[in-house]
Amino acid sequence: MDNVLNKQELLRQIQELGFVALELNLYLDTHPDDEAALNDFRYITNNLNQLKQLYCQTFGPLTNFGNSMLSKNTWTWASEEDKWPWENK
Amino acid sequence: MWIYEKRLQFPINIKKTDPQLAKAILTQYGGPNGELAASLRYLSQRYTMPTSQAKAVLTDIGTEELAHLEMVATIIYQLTQDATGEDYMKSFAEALYSKWDKGIHPDDSGTIAFSATYINTMGRDYIADLYEDLAAEEKARATYEYLLDITKDPDVIAPLSFLRQREIVHFQRFGELLDKLQLEKNMKTVHPVNFPEEKAYF
Repeated sequence: MDNVLNKQELLRQIQELGFVALELNLYLDTHPDDEAALNDFRYITNNLNQLKQLYCQTFGPLTNFGNSMLSKNTWTWASEEDKWPWENK
Repeated sequence: MWIYEKRLQFPINIKKTDPQLAKAILTQYGGPNGELAASLRYLSQRYTMPTSQAKAVLTDIGTEELAHLEMVATIIYQLTQDATGEDYMKSFAEALYSKWDKGIHPDDSGTIAFSATYINTMGRDYIADLYEDLAAEEKARATYEYLLDITKDPDVIAPLSFLRQREIVHFQRFGELLDKLQLEKNMKTVHPVNFPEEKAYF
């Protein structure tokens, strides 16, 4: 139960920082010379990547095709325990 | 190349069953102003964009639309996962159930199947493409507002409001891109008759 809660909490933080990174990315597409936005993007992506690494180490891969490190010796990606994003039960 | 992340862009946790609302929202999955049309439109138009910047904007927004497609499907899935056939009958959504059970089919709220006629790829007239993109974002925003009008469940209102807000941001970015391309082309007005400048068509 503790792990389930932590997983959702960590995922929520990844959603939040992921959203900030996406917003800054779109903004930088049309404002590539905005230094403040570049600094924000660098800071946010650094934190986001740390959170994603922590998630992968604790709960298994977040992304497919080798873009997440395999930190456990089991294939959690396709396991019933690792729910798909649309499943809330 | 694309990478899938096993998470939603925005959290969705709907507890109440409502096939009628699911049917209404389905238009944003496979309808004319839906997320599938949006994503395919931008990801198809990007190849003939004139600058790397334009290709970046269309690639990034087209990619975000795929995350929105997953969000819309998730809303429909959670609104119907516990529904019985009788629930569908009572809420006038039985035509969905009789065809697809709870399968999430890309069509316009149970009517016309998804169609590529919703999108255009105008090749070297990228100005025409960008005007279409601006209009598409506005139409999607309006659709989310109409859906919000008929939604009372706060668990559904939250993701619908998020999706509505994204349309506004995309409109802003497309507008900035269009302004920049028109400046680069020394276009004095925003009217597309000034394009293309090399050849007179009339």
